[in-house]
Amino acid sequence: MESAWTALALSLKVAGWATAINLVLGVAVGFLLARVRFPGRDLLDTLLTLPMVMPPTVLGYYLLVLMGRRSALGAWLHDTFGISLIFTWQGAVIAASIVSFPLVFKPARAAFETIDRQLEQAARVLGVSEVGIFFRITLPLAWRGILAGVLLAFARALGEFGATLMVAGNIPGKTQTLSVAVYEAVQAGQDDVANLLVLVTSLVCVLVLMAASRLVPGRVPHP
Amino acid sequence: MQIDLDIRKTLRSGRRCFDLQVRFSSNSRRIVIYGPSGSGKTLTLQAIAGLIRPDAGHIRLDGTVLFDSQSGTNLAPQARNMAYLFQDYALFPHLSVRQNIGFGLARGWLNPREDVSHEAVDYWLDAFHLRPLAHQFPGQLSGGQRQRTALARALIAQPRALLLDEPFSALDPALRQHMRGELDGLQRRLGVPMVLITHDEDDVEAFGEHVLHLREGQLASGRDAMEMTDNVIQTLRQAT
Repeated sequence: MESAWTALALSLKVAGWATAINLVLGVAVGFLLARVRFPGRDLLDTLLTLPMVMPPTVLGYYLLVLMGRRSALGAWLHDTFGISLIFTWQGAVIAASIVSFPLVFKPARAAFETIDRQLEQAARVLGVSEVGIFFRITLPLAWRGILAGVLLAFARALGEFGATLMVAGNIPGKTQTLSVAVYEAVQAGQDDVANLLVLVTSLVCVLVLMAASRLVPGRVPHP
Repeated sequence: MQIDLDIRKTLRSGRRCFDLQVRFSSNSRRIVIYGPSGSGKTLTLQAIAGLIRPDAGHIRLDGTVLFDSQSGTNLAPQARNMAYLFQDYALFPHLSVRQNIGFGLARGWLNPREDVSHEAVDYWLDAFHLRPLAHQFPGQLSGGQRQRTALARALIAQPRALLLDEPFSALDPALRQHMRGELDGLQRRLGVPMVLITHDEDDVEAFGEHVLHLREGQLASGRDAMEMTDNVIQTLRQAT
């Protein structure tokens, strides 16, 4: 039974890190795609959206090939820093980040695109720097759209199964997240463990949704 | 105010092409650029504010070079110290009236706090009778209140000039006349030079000390018109 709580803690840790990474990268990429015109913009958008439509196991396989000891990147990480991402919770974070990334940058891009550029022009004439404009006008006005995506991404990362299993494996107490633990419990015929895990998962999801409705500012008056 | 402006800008959108070519200089404190929509009025005003970059030419204001294509000077809008009143006011919807007015006074990465009072903000709240609305958001204001808030926000930093883009077009006709009177009195009291663009003849009548007629990106009055008239007279003389 104790393993259920370990799995829950690990799942929350992995999903939390993945969400934090996606918040920074997703907002940055969403802003870039919304505001900067550059060759290959549509291609970049397509590539970054791929994780939403590809089977997670395929993504997991790509990651294995990319990060494994035999790849250039994996060998370099191992030889230089002594880091191996395969079969670690950090590997699970990377898998969860990539799988849930489109859920953050897509709504962020849409939110940035709907902002009235004239408001930024007004701030510019009033003497506020470009960085100031981003934090005082652009981000606050896009925040609701971004937050909605971030919460969805957190839920998606929490439920990640396929890519995580491929990359991080299924090591109880180390890389065994909730969704992987449920699968194993059912396979092993441990119905009581499975029941508990499923209940815990459902409860966590309800809590996330309730937190979401609290976190999102109740009302932003618009003209 | 001594303004000396000579700019050219070409805009292309698909097969359509718009050429803006405006040149005037003036000592007037009340300049009105009058013309139909699509004549390039807003582009001219945006060029003065630094929101668009002309292809060539120069803009000088009271001896300061704001833009000069030959020397490569192009002051950022932040450095021009202009006040710009947008056609639909462009108030920040997520900030209260008080925060909107104090926006330009806070230069950092954070918006002015809602509960912190500032002498200048208080002054403008009182001057425009906005005190009871200080904690309201733009979406809750009437047209006239929005315009006053936008004016207060623009004027609080003691700008070099006030640029007004169709300032009364968003108001209903009854209020329009009233707000014209208010702006008229305000401009006389503060003595701030203004450049107003409009397609409404009543605005020309109320504010036009120096009136420029803009049509399809070209000026057709003021000194240009006089030069044109002179040319016509000379041509006629030569012909006879």
